[in-house]
Amino acid sequence: MSDLIFEERKDQIHRKGEGPFKLACNRDSLAGAVSQRACVFCGSRVVLYPIADALHLVHGPIGCAAYTWDIRGALSSGPELHRLSFSTDLQETDVIFGGEKKLYAALVELIDRHQPKAAFVYSTCIVGIIGDDLQAVCKKVSAEKGIPVIPVQSEGFKGNKREGYLAACKAMFTLMGTGDTSDIGPLSLNILGDFNLAGEIWIIREYFERMGITVVANITGDGRVGDIARAHGAALNVVQCSGSTMDLAKMMKEKYGTPFVKVSYFGIEDMAEALYSVARFFKDKDPGILVRTQELVKDELAVLYPKLQAFRKDLEGKKAAIYVGGAFKAFSLIKAFRHLGMSVVIAGSQTGTEEDYEELASICDPGTIIVDDANPLELSAFLKEKDVDIFVGGVKERPIAYKLGVGFCDHNHERKEALEGFVGMYNFALEVHRTVMSPVWKFVPRRTGKILAVEEADLPKECTL
Amino acid sequence: MAKAKAPAENFVSTTNACKLCKPLGATLVFKGIEGGVPFLHGSQGCATYMRRYIISHFREPMDIASSSLGEKQAIYGGGANLKKGLLTVMDKYGAGLIGVATTCLTETIGDDVPGILGEFRREFADLELAPVVNVSTPSYSGSHMEGFTAAVKAVVEQLAQAGEPNDSVGCFPGFVSCADIRHLKDVFASFGIDATILPDYSETLDGPALDDYEKLPSGGTPVASIRALGGAKASFEFGATLPPVGEAGTAAGLLAARFGVPAHRMGLPIGLRASDEFFKALEAVACAPTPRRHALERGRLLDAFVDGHKYISQKRCVIYGEEDLIVGLTSFMAEIGVIPVLVAGGGRSGRLKAAVEAACEGLLPEMPEVREGVDFYDIADRARELAPDFFIGHSKGYRLAREMNVPLIRVGFPIHDRFGGHRLHHLCYLGAQELFDRVVNAMIEKKQTDSDIGYGYI
Ligand code: SF4
Ligand code: SF4
Repeated sequence: MSDLIFEERKDQIHRKGEGPFKLACNRDSLAGAVSQRACVFCGSRVVLYPIADALHLVHGPIGCAAYTWDIRGALSSGPELHRLSFSTDLQETDVIFGGEKKLYAALVELIDRHQPKAAFVYSTCIVGIIGDDLQAVCKKVSAEKGIPVIPVQSEGFKGNKREGYLAACKAMFTLMGTGDTSDIGPLSLNILGDFNLAGEIWIIREYFERMGITVVANITGDGRVGDIARAHGAALNVVQCSGSTMDLAKMMKEKYGTPFVKVSYFGIEDMAEALYSVARFFKDKDPGILVRTQELVKDELAVLYPKLQAFRKDLEGKKAAIYVGGAFKAFSLIKAFRHLGMSVVIAGSQTGTEEDYEELASICDPGTIIVDDANPLELSAFLKEKDVDIFVGGVKERPIAYKLGVGFCDHNHERKEALEGFVGMYNFALEVHRTVMSPVWKFVPRRTGKILAVEEADLPKECTL
Repeated sequence: MAKAKAPAENFVSTTNACKLCKPLGATLVFKGIEGGVPFLHGSQGCATYMRRYIISHFREPMDIASSSLGEKQAIYGGGANLKKGLLTVMDKYGAGLIGVATTCLTETIGDDVPGILGEFRREFADLELAPVVNVSTPSYSGSHMEGFTAAVKAVVEQLAQAGEPNDSVGCFPGFVSCADIRHLKDVFASFGIDATILPDYSETLDGPALDDYEKLPSGGTPVASIRALGGAKASFEFGATLPPVGEAGTAAGLLAARFGVPAHRMGLPIGLRASDEFFKALEAVACAPTPRRHALERGRLLDAFVDGHKYISQKRCVIYGEEDLIVGLTSFMAEIGVIPVLVAGGGRSGRLKAAVEAACEGLLPEMPEVREGVDFYDIADRARELAPDFFIGHSKGYRLAREMNVPLIRVGFPIHDRFGGHRLHHLCYLGAQELFDRVVNAMIEKKQTDSDIGYGYI
C-alpha cells in the first residue's frame, strides 16, 4: 500500500505513536493528485450562501454557479433566495472585452426582480484574470438601488477553501455596524459558523432560549441581512467550527470589542460544554443561568442516554474512519464514536491547521492514521488497511467507501439530517447503527472473497479435470 | 404552424442554468476510455466540483486529476504544473491514457496546451509515456455537451490512424446512460458487428462492488480499437443537433474526411421511428436481417403503444435538457400521441428548432415551441402559462414540477434525486419500452393521487 502514497505527501501523513507528532499542512495540493479539496470560491460560497434574503450572484462562466445550485441543506424560516443559482454566464465576448457591463446589467435586473436586502457578487478565477473591477460595479449598483452590493474576492486559484472563508468574513463585516442595536438586551449572542443544515440552528437556538438568552443574528444559517447589520450589538459571539467564521469573530472583537467563545454542537460533551461556556460567560449578569443550563442538559441526557446504550450494545468494538473538511469537526466525532463504544482509526481533514492536527493527535488512540489533504488512492488504502466499519466524510468520499464495501455517513454540508445538539447525537447514532448493522456488508467481496467462478481456475476440481 | 416565439424577454443574467460547463462533458468521455484518467488543467476547484456533481448521478468514484494551479501559475502560466501533474498521474495511476481538458482559467491565461504537451514528450522521451489527448474546453463558449462532442472528436483525431481496412465499426452515441451503452453493445453484437463504442463508461462509471479500490476501473474503449478506427468499415453517430458531418466537426465527420469512413448520422434512436432508422442502417452495414429478439422487442413496443395510448393521448408535456436528447424525446412523445408544448435547451447549437420540427413532421397538428439557450427561470415562466400535464427532463426540473404539482419523468443528466439514473434505458426498442411504461404509469399514478375515490383498478 505504501506505493499509493505520493512521495511529496509523506509528511502530510502521521501514524500516532510512530515517532514524535509532526504533520505538514496548509500546503497547495499536489498537481496530478486527485485532491478532495475545493477552491477559494467554494469557501466563500459555503459561508455566505445561507443568507436567505440576499442575492448571490456568481460572476463567471456557468460552471461555478451551476455546480453550487442548491446542493446544501441550509434551511430558511422565511425567504429562500439562497436556493437559486444566479450567474452572469460569461461568454467569449465578455472574456475578451470584459464582463463589467454584463455584471452591471445582471445585477440591476436581478435586484429589480427579487428585491433582495443585499447582494453578494462572487468573483471566480476567470474574473480575476480578465480584471473586471467588481468594486466599482458594486458601488455603482449599490448607490443606484439603495442596498448593500458587496464584492466577494473569491477567485478560485488564490488558495484553498480557507482563503474563501476569509473573503466571506470580510464581505459580511462590511454589513455590520449599520443596524439599530438599541433594543438588544445584555443576555444576547450571535451564532457564528453554523449553516442550519437540516434546521440545526433551530435546535441550538431553542437551547439558548431555554437558558434565557436572545439570539441576535444567525451567521450564516437562516441568516438575514438585517440581523447581521446589527450583530455588533450582541454581548457575545459563539463561534462554531475552526475555520469558517473565526476571522469574522476576530474582526468583531477588534472593532466592537465583542468577545467570543469557540464551541462545537456535535456530540454530548461538546454540546453540553458549548452551553456551559455560554452560561459561564453570562453568570455575573444572571446568576441563575448555570443552574438552568445544568437542568437543560440533564433533561436532554435523561432522554438521550438510554437510547444510546441500546445502540452501544451492537456497536461496541467497531471501527470508524473520519475525513472531513475542517479538523475541528473530527474532535467531536471521535468523542461521539467513543460514546457508541467505537474507536476512530483514521482521522483527517482537507484544510486543518497545525494546531488542529496537534490537538487531533492528542485525543486519538495510538496507531490512528492522521492525514492532511488526502486523495482517493490514499483514503482507500487506509480504509482497507484498518478494515473499518464506517467512514464519515462528504459526498466525494462516499463512493470510495461504497466501492470497497464500507459503510458511510455523510457529515458534510450536503447532509439532510440534523446531527447537532442532543437530538442530533441521537440521529447520528441511529444512522451509524443502521449503517453498520446492515446485513449487506456480509456479502461484499471484502468479506466473502470470490463467490462465482469467473475463470476456469475457480471451478470445482471435478470440472477442470 | 410553428409559434416561433422569441424569448419573452432577453435576460442578461442566468438563473438556475439548464446546462453545465464544457470540461465536464470532456471528463466523461475520457472516463470512457480503457485506463483513461481525466485531467483538468486549471485550478483545483473546477475538478472538485465536477467530481462531486458526476458522483451524485453515477454514485461511482470519479477521479479527476487537476494541475491545481495557484496564483503564481495563473499569472506566469501553468505549463510546469501540467507536466508535473501528468507525471504524477502516470506514475501513481499507471494511466493507459490521460485526457487533458482546459478550464476557463487556462484558456484565458492562454496556456498553449498542445505546445506544452509537445515539450513534455520531448523532455521525457526516455520514459514510456502513456498517450495524452487534449481538448480545448473554455466554458464561455459552449455547454457540457459541446465539451463532450469536442472530446470525442479530439480522441479520434489524435489517436485514429490510417491503416489496413478492418471489420470494425465506430459508434459515437453521445451522452447516453451506462445501460444504453451496454444495450448498444448487445445490439451490435447480435448483428455480428464488431463495434467500437466511444466513449464507453458503462463499466467505469457503473462498476461492481470490489474488495480493492481500482485506480483505473476496468472497462472502457480500448485505445487500440480507437487507433484502428482509421480503417473502420463505417461509423454511426447519434445527435440531431451536431455540426453537419461534412464539416469534420465531429468524430464521424473527421473519420469520413480523413480516412473515407462512411458516416451514418442520425438522431438518438429514441422511440419507434428513430430506432427503425438505426436498425435499418444496421441491417445495411451487417448485410443481415434484424435478429428475431429485436424484432420481437419492436413488436412488443407497438403492442404497448396500442394498449397504453388512452392513458396518455393528448397529454401535454414540457421537455428540457440537452439538445440531442430532447430532440429524441420530443420525437418519441409525438409518436405516442403526447403533445410537447415546450422544448427547451440550455445549449445554443442554433440547430434545435429545425431538428425538433424535422423529428415531429407529420405527427403533430402544431409544432411545439422551441427555445434555445434558456435557464430554468425562462422555462418556469413559460411552463406556468402552458400548464403541461407533465415534465420530462433531468432532476433540475423538480422544483418546478413540484410547484406545479405535475409529475416529472426523470431522463438524462443529472439525476441526483432518484436512484439508478445511469441504469435507465432510453435507446432502441428496449429503451422506448421502458420510457413508454414510465410515462403511462406516471399518468396513472397522477390520476390515482388526484382522485377522491382511489380507484385501484385503472
Ligand atoms: S471555471 Fe469554467 S471550467 Fe471551471 S467550473 Fe467554472 S465554468 Fe467550469
Ligand atoms: S473556476 Fe475557479 S472559482 Fe470556479 S470552480 Fe474553478 S477554481 Fe473555483
